[in-house]
Amino acid sequence: MMRNILSILTVVAAIIGLWYLLCIPMNMHEATQQAQRAGAEVTPATASERLQLGGIALAVQNPTLWPGAFGQDRPRLPSPDQVVAELWNTTGAMVLSGRSMTKRSLVFHGWITLSATLLGFVFGTGLGIILAVGIVHSRAMDMSVMPWAIASQTIPILALAPMIIVVLNSVGLQGLIPKAIISAYLSFFPVVVGMVKGLRAPGMMQLDLMRTYNATRGQTLWKLRLPASMPYLFASLKIGISASLIGAIVGELPTGAVRGLGARMLTGSYYGQTIQIWSALFAAAILAALLVGTIGLIQRRTLKRMGMQP
Amino acid sequence: MNDKTPVIQAKNLDLTFQTNDGPIHALKDVSLDIMKGDFVSFIGPSGCGKTTFLRVIAALEEPTGGSVTVNGMTPDEARRARAYGYVFQAAGLYPWRTIEGNIRLPLEIMDFSKSEMRERIDRVLQLVDLEGFGKKFPWQLSGGMQQRASIARALAFDADILLMDEPFGALDEIVRDHLNEQLLRLWDKTHKTIGFVTHSIPEAVYLSTRIVVMSPRPGRITDVIENTLPRDRPLDIRDTPEFLEIAHRVREGLRAGHAYED
Repeated sequence: MMRNILSILTVVAAIIGLWYLLCIPMNMHEATQQAQRAGAEVTPATASERLQLGGIALAVQNPTLWPGAFGQDRPRLPSPDQVVAELWNTTGAMVLSGRSMTKRSLVFHGWITLSATLLGFVFGTGLGIILAVGIVHSRAMDMSVMPWAIASQTIPILALAPMIIVVLNSVGLQGLIPKAIISAYLSFFPVVVGMVKGLRAPGMMQLDLMRTYNATRGQTLWKLRLPASMPYLFASLKIGISASLIGAIVGELPTGAVRGLGARMLTGSYYGQTIQIWSALFAAAILAALLVGTIGLIQRRTLKRMGMQP
Repeated sequence: MNDKTPVIQAKNLDLTFQTNDGPIHALKDVSLDIMKGDFVSFIGPSGCGKTTFLRVIAALEEPTGGSVTVNGMTPDEARRARAYGYVFQAAGLYPWRTIEGNIRLPLEIMDFSKSEMRERIDRVLQLVDLEGFGKKFPWQLSGGMQQRASIARALAFDADILLMDEPFGALDEIVRDHLNEQLLRLWDKTHKTIGFVTHSIPEAVYLSTRIVVMSPRPGRITDVIENTLPRDRPLDIRDTPEFLEIAHRVREGLRAGHAYED
Protein backbone atom coordinates (compact mmCIF):
# COMPACT_ATOMS: atom_id res chain seq x y z
CA MET A 1 0.00 0.00 0.00
CA MET A 2 2.72 2.45 1.03
CA ARG A 3 4.73 1.55 -2.07
CA ASN A 4 1.68 2.21 -4.24
CA ILE A 5 1.05 5.61 -2.71
CA LEU A 6 4.72 6.45 -3.08
CA SER A 7 4.81 5.55 -6.77
CA ILE A 8 1.57 7.42 -7.46
CA LEU A 9 2.92 10.50 -5.71
CA THR A 10 6.15 10.24 -7.69
CA VAL A 11 4.24 10.25 -10.97
CA VAL A 12 2.06 13.18 -9.87
CA ALA A 13 5.13 15.13 -8.75
CA ALA A 14 6.85 14.45 -12.07
CA ILE A 15 3.81 15.72 -14.01
CA ILE A 16 3.57 18.89 -11.91
CA GLY A 17 7.31 19.47 -12.26
CA LEU A 18 7.11 19.10 -16.02
CA TRP A 19 4.16 21.46 -16.10
CA TYR A 20 6.07 24.18 -14.20
CA LEU A 21 9.00 23.66 -16.52
CA LEU A 22 6.78 24.06 -19.60
CA CYS A 23 5.42 27.33 -18.23
CA ILE A 24 8.82 29.00 -18.78
CA PRO A 25 9.13 28.75 -22.59
CA MET A 26 5.36 29.06 -23.05
CA ASN A 27 5.13 32.38 -21.20
CA MET A 28 8.58 33.77 -22.01
CA HIS A 29 7.44 36.28 -24.64
CA GLU A 30 5.06 37.96 -22.25
CA ALA A 31 7.64 37.80 -19.47
CA THR A 32 10.33 39.59 -21.53
CA GLN A 33 7.74 42.16 -22.63
CA GLN A 34 6.84 42.95 -19.05
CA ALA A 35 10.48 43.00 -17.93
CA GLN A 36 11.41 45.43 -20.67
CA ARG A 37 8.51 47.71 -19.75
CA ALA A 38 9.81 47.66 -16.18
CA GLY A 39 13.22 48.74 -17.48
CA ALA A 40 15.18 45.49 -17.35
CA GLU A 41 17.81 44.34 -19.84
CA VAL A 42 16.36 41.91 -22.42
CA THR A 43 18.02 40.01 -25.30
CA PRO A 44 17.20 40.52 -28.10
CA ALA A 45 16.20 44.08 -27.41
CA THR A 46 13.21 44.58 -29.75
CA ALA A 47 9.86 42.86 -29.64
CA SER A 48 9.88 42.06 -33.35
CA GLU A 49 13.21 40.29 -33.00
CA ARG A 50 11.89 38.30 -30.08
CA LEU A 51 8.86 37.22 -32.08
CA GLN A 52 11.23 35.52 -34.52
CA LEU A 53 12.52 33.38 -31.69
CA GLY A 54 10.87 30.33 -30.18
CA GLY A 55 9.99 30.18 -26.47
CA ILE A 56 12.87 27.86 -25.64
CA ALA A 57 15.51 30.01 -27.33
CA LEU A 58 14.16 33.10 -25.59
CA ALA A 59 14.23 31.32 -22.25
CA VAL A 60 17.84 30.22 -22.80
CA GLN A 61 18.95 33.77 -23.62
CA ASN A 62 17.19 35.34 -20.60
CA PRO A 63 17.66 32.97 -17.67
CA THR A 64 17.27 35.77 -15.15
CA LEU A 65 13.74 36.52 -16.33
CA TRP A 66 12.31 33.05 -15.67
CA PRO A 67 10.40 34.11 -12.54
CA GLY A 68 8.41 36.46 -14.77
CA ALA A 69 6.95 33.43 -16.57
CA PHE A 70 4.83 32.68 -13.52
CA GLY A 71 1.95 34.57 -12.02
CA GLN A 72 0.97 36.44 -15.20
CA ASP A 73 -2.64 37.60 -15.60
CA ARG A 74 -3.19 35.97 -18.97
CA PRO A 75 -0.46 33.39 -19.39
CA ARG A 76 -0.39 31.10 -22.40
CA LEU A 77 0.03 28.26 -19.93
CA PRO A 78 -1.06 28.99 -16.36
CA SER A 79 1.02 27.34 -13.64
CA PRO A 80 -0.54 24.66 -11.44
CA ASP A 81 -0.75 26.96 -8.42
CA GLN A 82 -2.68 29.54 -10.45
CA VAL A 83 -5.17 26.87 -11.57
CA VAL A 84 -5.54 25.52 -8.03
CA ALA A 85 -6.03 29.04 -6.67
CA GLU A 86 -8.66 29.80 -9.33
CA LEU A 87 -10.38 26.49 -8.61
CA TRP A 88 -10.48 27.30 -4.91
CA ASN A 89 -11.66 30.87 -5.47
CA THR A 90 -14.52 29.73 -7.68
CA THR A 91 -15.59 26.74 -5.56
CA GLY A 92 -14.61 26.45 -1.90
CA ALA A 93 -14.23 30.15 -1.24
CA MET A 94 -17.59 30.90 -2.85
CA VAL A 95 -19.30 28.20 -0.84
CA LEU A 96 -17.79 29.64 2.34
CA SER A 97 -19.03 33.13 1.47
CA GLY A 98 -22.48 31.80 0.58
CA ARG A 99 -22.26 32.66 -3.12
CA SER A 100 -22.00 29.11 -4.43
CA MET A 101 -24.91 29.58 -6.84
CA THR A 102 -23.73 32.79 -8.50
CA LYS A 103 -22.51 32.98 -12.08
CA ARG A 104 -18.86 33.19 -11.12
CA SER A 105 -19.04 29.98 -9.13
CA LEU A 106 -17.85 26.71 -10.65
CA VAL A 107 -20.16 24.91 -8.24
CA PHE A 108 -23.07 26.56 -10.04
CA HIS A 109 -21.71 25.80 -13.51
CA GLY A 110 -20.72 22.28 -12.45
CA TRP A 111 -24.23 21.64 -11.18
CA ILE A 112 -25.74 22.80 -14.50
CA THR A 113 -23.49 20.39 -16.37
CA LEU A 114 -23.95 17.60 -13.86
CA SER A 115 -27.74 17.73 -14.03
CA ALA A 116 -27.67 17.44 -17.83
CA THR A 117 -25.08 14.66 -17.55
CA LEU A 118 -27.14 12.62 -15.10
CA LEU A 119 -30.40 13.05 -16.97
CA GLY A 120 -28.72 12.12 -20.26
CA PHE A 121 -27.01 9.18 -18.59
CA VAL A 122 -30.35 7.86 -17.33
CA PHE A 123 -31.94 8.33 -20.79
CA GLY A 124 -28.96 6.76 -22.54
CA THR A 125 -28.65 3.80 -20.20
CA GLY A 126 -32.37 3.09 -20.39
CA LEU A 127 -32.36 3.32 -24.16
CA GLY A 128 -29.22 1.17 -24.35
CA ILE A 129 -30.70 -1.57 -22.18
CA ILE A 130 -34.00 -1.57 -24.08
CA LEU A 131 -32.19 -1.79 -27.43
CA ALA A 132 -29.92 -4.58 -26.14
CA VAL A 133 -32.90 -6.59 -24.90
CA GLY A 134 -34.54 -6.14 -28.31
CA ILE A 135 -31.38 -7.10 -30.18
CA VAL A 136 -30.93 -10.26 -28.13
CA HIS A 137 -34.56 -11.33 -28.55
CA SER A 138 -35.31 -10.38 -32.13
CA ARG A 139 -33.25 -11.40 -35.09
CA ALA A 140 -34.69 -8.55 -37.13
CA MET A 141 -33.53 -6.02 -34.54
CA ASP A 142 -30.17 -7.73 -34.33
CA MET A 143 -29.68 -7.24 -38.05
CA SER A 144 -31.12 -3.72 -38.27
CA VAL A 145 -30.34 -1.80 -35.08
CA MET A 146 -26.67 -2.54 -34.57
CA PRO A 147 -25.39 -1.00 -37.85
CA TRP A 148 -27.34 2.19 -37.12
CA ALA A 149 -26.04 2.33 -33.59
CA ILE A 150 -22.49 2.05 -34.89
CA ALA A 151 -23.14 4.60 -37.66
CA SER A 152 -24.56 7.02 -35.09
CA GLN A 153 -21.23 7.08 -33.29
CA THR A 154 -19.19 7.83 -36.38
CA ILE A 155 -20.79 11.26 -36.81
CA PRO A 156 -18.73 13.86 -34.94
CA ILE A 157 -20.83 15.04 -32.04
CA LEU A 158 -19.52 18.58 -32.55
CA ALA A 159 -21.26 18.66 -35.93
CA LEU A 160 -24.44 17.11 -34.64
CA ALA A 161 -24.86 19.01 -31.38
CA PRO A 162 -25.78 22.42 -32.90
CA MET A 163 -28.39 20.76 -35.13
CA ILE A 164 -29.98 18.98 -32.19
CA ILE A 165 -30.03 22.24 -30.23
CA VAL A 166 -31.57 24.18 -33.14
CA VAL A 167 -34.17 21.54 -34.01
CA LEU A 168 -35.26 21.13 -30.39
CA ASN A 169 -35.29 24.87 -29.88
CA SER A 170 -37.73 25.23 -32.78
CA VAL A 171 -40.16 22.93 -30.99
CA GLY A 172 -39.74 24.94 -27.82
CA LEU A 173 -37.26 22.74 -25.96
CA GLN A 174 -34.21 24.43 -24.53
CA GLY A 175 -31.88 24.33 -21.57
CA LEU A 176 -31.57 21.00 -19.81
CA ILE A 177 -33.37 18.62 -22.17
CA PRO A 178 -31.40 19.22 -25.41
CA LYS A 179 -28.11 18.84 -23.54
CA ALA A 180 -29.38 15.66 -21.89
CA ILE A 181 -30.33 14.30 -25.31
CA ILE A 182 -26.82 14.91 -26.62
CA SER A 183 -25.49 13.17 -23.51
CA ALA A 184 -27.83 10.26 -24.07
CA TYR A 185 -26.76 10.07 -27.71
CA LEU A 186 -23.17 9.48 -26.61
CA SER A 187 -23.85 7.24 -23.61
CA PHE A 188 -26.36 4.75 -25.03
CA PHE A 189 -23.78 3.17 -27.31
CA PRO A 190 -21.39 1.58 -24.80
CA VAL A 191 -24.44 0.31 -22.91
CA VAL A 192 -25.89 -1.35 -26.03
CA VAL A 193 -22.61 -3.02 -26.90
CA GLY A 194 -21.89 -4.16 -23.34
CA MET A 195 -25.42 -5.33 -22.63
CA VAL A 196 -25.76 -7.32 -25.86
CA LYS A 197 -22.62 -9.17 -24.86
CA GLY A 198 -23.80 -9.49 -21.26
CA LEU A 199 -27.28 -10.73 -22.11
CA ARG A 200 -25.70 -13.33 -24.37
CA ALA A 201 -23.21 -14.38 -21.69
CA PRO A 202 -25.25 -17.36 -20.36
CA GLY A 203 -24.09 -20.55 -22.06
CA MET A 204 -26.15 -23.16 -23.91
CA MET A 205 -26.41 -25.26 -20.78
CA GLN A 206 -27.94 -22.52 -18.68
CA LEU A 207 -30.41 -21.69 -21.43
CA ASP A 208 -31.27 -25.39 -21.79
CA LEU A 209 -31.85 -25.52 -18.05
CA MET A 210 -34.40 -22.72 -18.31
CA ARG A 211 -36.02 -24.61 -21.17
CA THR A 212 -36.41 -27.75 -19.08
CA TYR A 213 -38.30 -25.61 -16.56
CA ASN A 214 -40.51 -24.40 -19.42
CA ALA A 215 -39.55 -20.85 -18.42
CA THR A 216 -40.97 -18.00 -20.51
CA ARG A 217 -38.65 -15.64 -22.37
CA GLY A 218 -39.46 -13.01 -19.78
CA GLN A 219 -38.47 -15.30 -16.94
CA THR A 220 -35.26 -16.28 -18.73
CA LEU A 221 -34.47 -12.60 -19.24
CA TRP A 222 -35.26 -11.61 -15.69
CA LYS A 223 -33.77 -14.53 -13.80
CA LEU A 224 -30.84 -15.53 -16.03
CA ARG A 225 -29.82 -13.00 -18.69
CA LEU A 226 -30.09 -9.80 -16.66
CA PRO A 227 -28.24 -11.01 -13.56
CA ALA A 228 -25.58 -12.61 -15.77
CA SER A 229 -25.09 -9.30 -17.60
CA MET A 230 -24.38 -7.21 -14.46
CA PRO A 231 -20.57 -7.19 -14.70
CA TYR A 232 -20.86 -6.14 -18.36
CA LEU A 233 -23.42 -3.46 -17.50
CA PHE A 234 -21.17 -1.82 -14.94
CA ALA A 235 -18.19 -1.78 -17.29
CA SER A 236 -20.44 -0.05 -19.85
CA LEU A 237 -21.84 2.40 -17.31
CA LYS A 238 -18.35 3.63 -16.48
CA ILE A 239 -17.71 4.45 -20.12
CA GLY A 240 -21.27 5.74 -20.51
CA ILE A 241 -21.12 8.26 -17.69
CA SER A 242 -17.91 9.85 -18.92
CA ALA A 243 -19.36 9.98 -22.44
CA SER A 244 -22.45 11.64 -20.92
CA LEU A 245 -20.32 14.34 -19.33
CA ILE A 246 -18.56 15.03 -22.62
CA GLY A 247 -21.96 15.19 -24.32
CA ALA A 248 -23.28 17.70 -21.80
CA ILE A 249 -20.20 19.92 -22.17
CA VAL A 250 -20.32 19.78 -25.97
CA GLY A 251 -24.04 20.54 -25.77
CA GLU A 252 -23.28 23.74 -23.88
CA LEU A 253 -20.96 25.13 -26.53
CA PRO A 254 -23.48 26.10 -29.27
CA THR A 255 -26.16 27.48 -26.92
CA GLY A 256 -24.51 30.87 -26.68
CA ALA A 257 -22.52 29.64 -23.72
CA VAL A 258 -24.34 31.05 -20.77
CA ARG A 259 -24.21 28.37 -18.14
CA GLY A 260 -22.27 25.18 -17.43
CA LEU A 261 -18.65 24.03 -17.53
CA GLY A 262 -18.68 24.06 -21.35
CA ALA A 263 -19.82 27.69 -21.26
CA ARG A 264 -16.98 28.55 -18.88
CA MET A 265 -14.45 27.04 -21.27
CA LEU A 266 -15.96 28.88 -24.23
CA THR A 267 -16.13 32.32 -22.55
CA GLY A 268 -12.60 31.71 -21.27
CA SER A 269 -11.38 31.25 -24.81
CA TYR A 270 -13.36 34.28 -26.08
CA TYR A 271 -11.62 36.55 -23.61
CA GLY A 272 -8.24 34.83 -23.46
CA GLN A 273 -8.81 33.79 -19.85
CA THR A 274 -6.56 30.74 -19.90
CA ILE A 275 -6.74 30.28 -16.14
CA GLN A 276 -10.52 30.10 -16.36
CA ILE A 277 -10.34 27.53 -19.18
CA TRP A 278 -7.92 25.38 -17.27
CA SER A 279 -9.89 25.50 -14.04
CA ALA A 280 -13.12 24.59 -15.87
CA LEU A 281 -11.20 21.76 -17.52
CA PHE A 282 -10.00 20.50 -14.18
CA ALA A 283 -13.45 20.86 -12.68
CA ALA A 284 -14.79 18.66 -15.49
CA ALA A 285 -12.03 16.09 -14.95
CA ILE A 286 -12.66 15.99 -11.21
CA LEU A 287 -16.39 15.64 -11.85
CA ALA A 288 -15.76 12.75 -14.26
CA ALA A 289 -13.49 11.03 -11.75
CA LEU A 290 -16.16 11.38 -9.05
CA LEU A 291 -18.87 10.00 -11.34
CA VAL A 292 -16.82 7.01 -12.49
CA GLY A 293 -15.73 6.41 -8.89
CA THR A 294 -19.34 6.44 -7.71
CA ILE A 295 -20.28 3.84 -10.30
CA GLY A 296 -17.27 1.74 -9.27
CA LEU A 297 -18.52 1.90 -5.68
CA ILE A 298 -22.05 0.85 -6.67
CA GLN A 299 -20.53 -1.92 -8.78
CA ARG A 300 -18.53 -3.27 -5.86
CA ARG A 301 -21.55 -3.15 -3.55
CA THR A 302 -23.91 -4.76 -6.06
CA LEU A 303 -21.61 -7.55 -7.18
CA LYS A 304 -20.76 -8.32 -3.58
CA ARG A 305 -24.43 -8.54 -2.70
CA MET A 306 -24.86 -10.84 -5.69
CA GLY A 307 -22.27 -13.14 -4.18
CA MET A 308 -19.72 -12.62 -6.94
CA GLN A 309 -16.38 -13.88 -5.78
CA PRO A 310 -14.34 -11.01 -4.32
CA MET B 1 -40.62 -54.17 -7.55
CA ASN B 2 -41.49 -52.20 -10.67
CA ASP B 3 -45.09 -51.98 -11.71
CA LYS B 4 -44.01 -52.33 -15.34
CA THR B 5 -45.81 -49.46 -16.97
CA PRO B 6 -43.60 -47.77 -19.53
CA VAL B 7 -42.92 -44.13 -18.73
CA ILE B 8 -40.71 -43.42 -21.71
CA GLN B 9 -41.25 -45.20 -25.01
CA ALA B 10 -38.97 -44.69 -28.00
CA LYS B 11 -39.74 -46.35 -31.34
CA ASN B 12 -37.38 -46.39 -34.34
CA LEU B 13 -35.93 -43.06 -33.33
CA ASP B 14 -33.72 -41.34 -35.89
CA LEU B 15 -31.82 -38.11 -35.56
CA THR B 16 -29.56 -36.71 -38.23
CA PHE B 17 -27.70 -33.45 -37.70
CA GLN B 18 -26.97 -31.51 -40.87
CA THR B 19 -23.47 -30.07 -40.60
CA ASN B 20 -21.10 -28.42 -43.03
CA ASP B 21 -19.21 -31.70 -43.28
CA GLY B 22 -22.37 -33.56 -44.31
CA PRO B 23 -25.05 -35.31 -42.26
CA ILE B 24 -24.19 -36.94 -38.94
CA HIS B 25 -26.31 -39.86 -37.77
CA ALA B 26 -26.52 -39.15 -34.07
CA LEU B 27 -29.28 -41.74 -33.53
CA LYS B 28 -30.38 -44.54 -35.82
CA ASP B 29 -33.36 -46.80 -35.25
CA VAL B 30 -33.33 -46.51 -31.47
CA SER B 31 -36.19 -48.31 -29.71
CA LEU B 32 -36.43 -48.55 -25.94
CA ASP B 33 -39.04 -48.69 -23.18
CA ILE B 34 -38.21 -47.32 -19.78
CA MET B 35 -40.49 -48.59 -17.02
CA LYS B 36 -41.74 -46.66 -14.04
CA GLY B 37 -39.20 -46.74 -11.23
CA ASP B 38 -36.41 -48.00 -13.48
CA PHE B 39 -32.84 -46.77 -13.16
CA VAL B 40 -31.55 -46.97 -16.73
CA SER B 41 -27.94 -46.20 -17.57
CA PHE B 42 -26.76 -45.32 -21.04
CA ILE B 43 -23.16 -46.25 -21.68
CA GLY B 44 -20.96 -46.02 -24.72
CA PRO B 45 -18.02 -44.14 -26.19
CA SER B 46 -18.37 -40.48 -27.09
CA GLY B 47 -20.38 -39.91 -30.24
CA CYS B 48 -22.68 -42.88 -29.58
CA GLY B 49 -25.70 -40.65 -29.07
CA LYS B 50 -26.34 -41.35 -25.38
CA THR B 51 -26.54 -37.68 -24.48
CA THR B 52 -28.50 -36.94 -27.66
CA PHE B 53 -31.04 -39.62 -26.71
CA LEU B 54 -31.46 -38.05 -23.28
CA ARG B 55 -31.88 -34.64 -24.88
CA VAL B 56 -34.53 -36.00 -27.25
CA ILE B 57 -36.47 -37.33 -24.25
CA ALA B 58 -36.14 -33.87 -22.65
CA ALA B 59 -37.33 -32.15 -25.86
CA LEU B 60 -34.02 -30.31 -26.11
CA GLU B 61 -33.50 -31.96 -29.52
CA GLU B 62 -36.05 -32.73 -32.21
CA PRO B 63 -35.83 -36.26 -33.69
CA THR B 64 -35.88 -36.48 -37.48
CA GLY B 65 -37.72 -39.80 -37.52
CA GLY B 66 -39.56 -42.29 -35.33
CA SER B 67 -41.55 -41.48 -32.23
CA VAL B 68 -40.99 -40.99 -28.55
CA THR B 69 -43.49 -40.50 -25.74
CA VAL B 70 -42.94 -39.42 -22.16
CA ASN B 71 -45.80 -40.19 -19.77
CA GLY B 72 -47.90 -40.81 -22.89
CA MET B 73 -47.22 -37.28 -24.20
CA THR B 74 -44.82 -35.95 -26.77
CA PRO B 75 -41.52 -34.85 -25.20
CA ASP B 76 -42.42 -31.21 -25.73
CA GLU B 77 -45.78 -31.61 -23.98
CA ALA B 78 -43.96 -33.43 -21.19
CA ARG B 79 -41.50 -30.58 -20.95
CA ARG B 80 -44.34 -28.08 -20.71
CA ALA B 81 -45.95 -30.26 -18.03
CA ARG B 82 -42.59 -30.21 -16.21
CA ALA B 83 -42.48 -33.99 -16.22
CA TYR B 84 -38.74 -34.30 -15.64
CA GLY B 85 -35.81 -32.80 -13.83
CA TYR B 86 -32.57 -32.54 -15.79
CA VAL B 87 -29.07 -32.64 -14.29
CA PHE B 88 -26.26 -31.49 -16.56
CA GLN B 89 -22.63 -32.54 -16.58
CA ALA B 90 -21.60 -29.30 -14.91
CA ALA B 91 -23.53 -28.20 -11.84
CA GLY B 92 -24.39 -24.93 -13.58
CA LEU B 93 -25.48 -23.18 -10.41
CA TYR B 94 -26.10 -19.46 -10.76
CA PRO B 95 -23.15 -17.77 -9.06
CA TRP B 96 -25.30 -14.83 -7.98
CA ARG B 97 -27.76 -17.02 -6.10
CA THR B 98 -27.16 -18.87 -2.84
CA ILE B 99 -27.64 -22.65 -2.79
CA GLU B 100 -31.18 -22.04 -1.53
CA GLY B 101 -31.69 -19.42 -4.19
CA ASN B 102 -30.59 -21.87 -6.87
CA ILE B 103 -33.00 -24.53 -5.64
CA ARG B 104 -35.71 -21.88 -5.47
CA LEU B 105 -35.15 -20.97 -9.14
CA PRO B 106 -37.40 -23.65 -10.71
CA LEU B 107 -39.93 -23.13 -7.92
CA GLU B 108 -40.10 -19.40 -8.69
CA ILE B 109 -40.55 -20.11 -12.37
CA MET B 110 -43.30 -22.61 -11.60
CA ASP B 111 -45.08 -20.20 -9.25
CA PHE B 112 -44.97 -22.13 -6.01
CA SER B 113 -46.16 -20.33 -2.88
CA LYS B 114 -43.60 -18.95 -0.44
CA SER B 115 -44.33 -21.50 2.27
CA GLU B 116 -44.32 -24.35 -0.24
CA MET B 117 -40.91 -23.17 -1.51
CA ARG B 118 -39.50 -23.09 2.00
CA GLU B 119 -40.74 -26.57 2.77
CA ARG B 120 -39.44 -28.03 -0.50
CA ILE B 121 -36.04 -26.38 -0.22
CA ASP B 122 -35.56 -27.80 3.25
CA ARG B 123 -36.68 -31.24 2.13
CA VAL B 124 -34.39 -31.54 -0.90
CA LEU B 125 -31.42 -30.04 0.96
CA GLN B 126 -31.87 -32.83 3.49
CA LEU B 127 -32.26 -35.38 0.70
CA VAL B 128 -28.83 -34.52 -0.73
CA ASP B 129 -27.19 -34.01 2.67
CA LEU B 130 -26.65 -30.28 2.34
CA GLU B 131 -28.53 -29.05 5.41
CA GLY B 132 -26.91 -25.90 6.73
CA PHE B 133 -25.39 -24.96 3.38
CA GLY B 134 -28.46 -23.21 1.99
CA LYS B 135 -27.14 -19.72 2.67
CA LYS B 136 -23.76 -20.36 1.06
CA PHE B 137 -22.85 -19.21 -2.42
CA PRO B 138 -21.82 -21.87 -4.96
CA TRP B 139 -18.14 -20.89 -5.01
CA GLN B 140 -17.98 -21.59 -1.28
CA LEU B 141 -18.79 -25.29 -1.92
CA SER B 142 -16.68 -28.13 -3.32
CA GLY B 143 -17.39 -29.56 -6.76
CA GLY B 144 -19.16 -32.60 -5.33
CA MET B 145 -21.36 -30.45 -3.10
CA GLN B 146 -22.22 -28.21 -6.05
CA GLN B 147 -23.31 -31.22 -8.07
CA ARG B 148 -25.45 -32.39 -5.14
CA ALA B 149 -27.03 -28.95 -5.02
CA SER B 150 -27.81 -29.19 -8.72
CA ILE B 151 -29.48 -32.58 -8.10
CA ALA B 152 -31.48 -30.97 -5.29
CA ARG B 153 -32.53 -28.27 -7.75
CA ALA B 154 -33.75 -30.93 -10.19
CA LEU B 155 -35.63 -32.72 -7.41
CA ALA B 156 -37.26 -29.62 -5.95
CA PHE B 157 -40.34 -29.55 -8.14
CA ASP B 158 -41.02 -33.27 -7.76
CA ALA B 159 -40.98 -34.48 -11.32
CA ASP B 160 -41.34 -38.27 -11.58
CA ILE B 161 -38.50 -38.54 -14.05
CA LEU B 162 -34.89 -37.56 -13.43
CA LEU B 163 -32.62 -37.27 -16.46
CA MET B 164 -28.92 -37.10 -15.62
CA ASP B 165 -26.25 -36.40 -18.22
CA GLU B 166 -22.90 -37.58 -16.84
CA PRO B 167 -23.56 -35.70 -13.62
CA PHE B 168 -20.44 -37.03 -11.88
CA GLY B 169 -18.17 -37.08 -14.95
CA ALA B 170 -16.05 -34.16 -13.82
CA LEU B 171 -15.54 -35.37 -10.24
CA ASP B 172 -12.73 -37.45 -8.78
CA GLU B 173 -13.34 -41.11 -8.05
CA ILE B 174 -13.63 -40.86 -4.27
CA VAL B 175 -16.27 -38.15 -4.44
CA ARG B 176 -17.94 -40.06 -7.23
CA ASP B 177 -18.25 -43.27 -5.15
CA HIS B 178 -19.81 -41.29 -2.36
CA LEU B 179 -22.29 -39.57 -4.66
CA ASN B 180 -23.19 -42.88 -6.34
CA GLU B 181 -24.06 -44.33 -2.95
CA GLN B 182 -26.15 -41.28 -2.10
CA LEU B 183 -27.91 -41.34 -5.45
CA LEU B 184 -28.95 -44.95 -4.94
CA ARG B 185 -30.37 -44.13 -1.53
CA LEU B 186 -32.16 -41.14 -2.97
CA TRP B 187 -33.65 -43.22 -5.76
CA ASP B 188 -34.79 -45.77 -3.20
CA LYS B 189 -36.49 -43.07 -1.13
CA THR B 190 -38.15 -41.17 -3.98
CA HIS B 191 -39.10 -44.01 -6.40
CA LYS B 192 -38.22 -41.84 -9.36
CA THR B 193 -37.56 -43.09 -12.85
CA ILE B 194 -33.97 -42.22 -13.70
CA GLY B 195 -32.18 -42.00 -17.03
CA PHE B 196 -28.44 -41.77 -16.42
CA VAL B 197 -25.73 -41.17 -19.01
CA THR B 198 -22.23 -42.31 -18.09
CA HIS B 199 -19.02 -43.60 -19.61
CA SER B 200 -17.97 -45.51 -16.53
CA ILE B 201 -18.76 -49.23 -16.53
CA PRO B 202 -18.59 -49.68 -12.72
CA GLU B 203 -20.85 -46.67 -12.24
CA ALA B 204 -23.41 -48.04 -14.69
CA VAL B 205 -23.42 -51.51 -13.14
CA TYR B 206 -23.49 -50.22 -9.59
CA LEU B 207 -26.42 -47.86 -10.12
CA SER B 208 -28.79 -49.31 -12.67
CA THR B 209 -31.59 -51.77 -12.99
CA ARG B 210 -30.91 -51.83 -16.72
CA ILE B 211 -27.83 -50.92 -18.72
CA VAL B 212 -28.25 -49.73 -22.29
CA VAL B 213 -25.05 -50.22 -24.30
CA MET B 214 -24.68 -47.89 -27.27
CA SER B 215 -22.15 -47.56 -30.07
CA PRO B 216 -21.26 -44.79 -32.49
CA ARG B 217 -21.49 -44.08 -36.24
CA PRO B 218 -24.42 -44.28 -36.41
CA GLY B 219 -25.47 -43.93 -32.77
CA ARG B 220 -27.49 -47.03 -31.90
CA ILE B 221 -28.35 -49.45 -29.11
CA THR B 222 -26.26 -52.63 -29.31
CA ASP B 223 -27.37 -54.35 -26.10
CA VAL B 224 -29.72 -53.94 -23.14
CA ILE B 225 -28.51 -55.74 -20.04
CA GLU B 226 -30.83 -56.49 -17.10
CA ASN B 227 -29.01 -55.94 -13.84
CA THR B 228 -29.65 -58.90 -11.52
CA LEU B 229 -27.94 -57.38 -8.48
CA PRO B 230 -30.20 -56.85 -5.44
CA ARG B 231 -31.56 -53.35 -4.94
CA ASP B 232 -29.70 -52.92 -1.72
CA ARG B 233 -26.12 -52.32 -2.85
CA PRO B 234 -23.26 -51.49 -0.51
CA LEU B 235 -20.17 -50.08 -2.23
CA ASP B 236 -18.18 -53.33 -1.80
CA ILE B 237 -20.73 -55.19 -3.92
CA ARG B 238 -18.42 -54.07 -6.71
CA ASP B 239 -15.92 -56.75 -5.68
CA THR B 240 -18.41 -59.64 -5.90
CA PRO B 241 -18.31 -62.12 -8.81
CA GLU B 242 -21.90 -61.21 -9.78
CA PHE B 243 -20.92 -57.58 -10.20
CA LEU B 244 -17.82 -58.43 -12.21
CA GLU B 245 -19.86 -60.78 -14.37
CA ILE B 246 -22.30 -58.01 -15.33
CA ALA B 247 -19.46 -55.56 -15.87
CA HIS B 248 -17.86 -58.12 -18.15
CA ARG B 249 -21.08 -58.37 -20.18
CA VAL B 250 -21.20 -54.62 -20.56
CA ARG B 251 -17.64 -54.63 -21.79
CA GLU B 252 -18.49 -57.43 -24.23
CA GLY B 253 -21.43 -55.38 -25.47
CA LEU B 254 -19.19 -52.37 -26.03
CA ARG B 255 -16.71 -54.54 -27.90
CA ALA B 256 -19.44 -56.03 -30.07
CA GLY B 257 -20.42 -52.49 -31.01
CA HIS B 258 -16.83 -51.79 -32.07
CA ALA B 259 -16.60 -49.24 -29.30
CA TYR B 260 -12.91 -49.90 -28.82
CA GLU B 261 -11.98 -49.37 -32.44
CA ASP B 262 -11.07 -46.10 -34.01
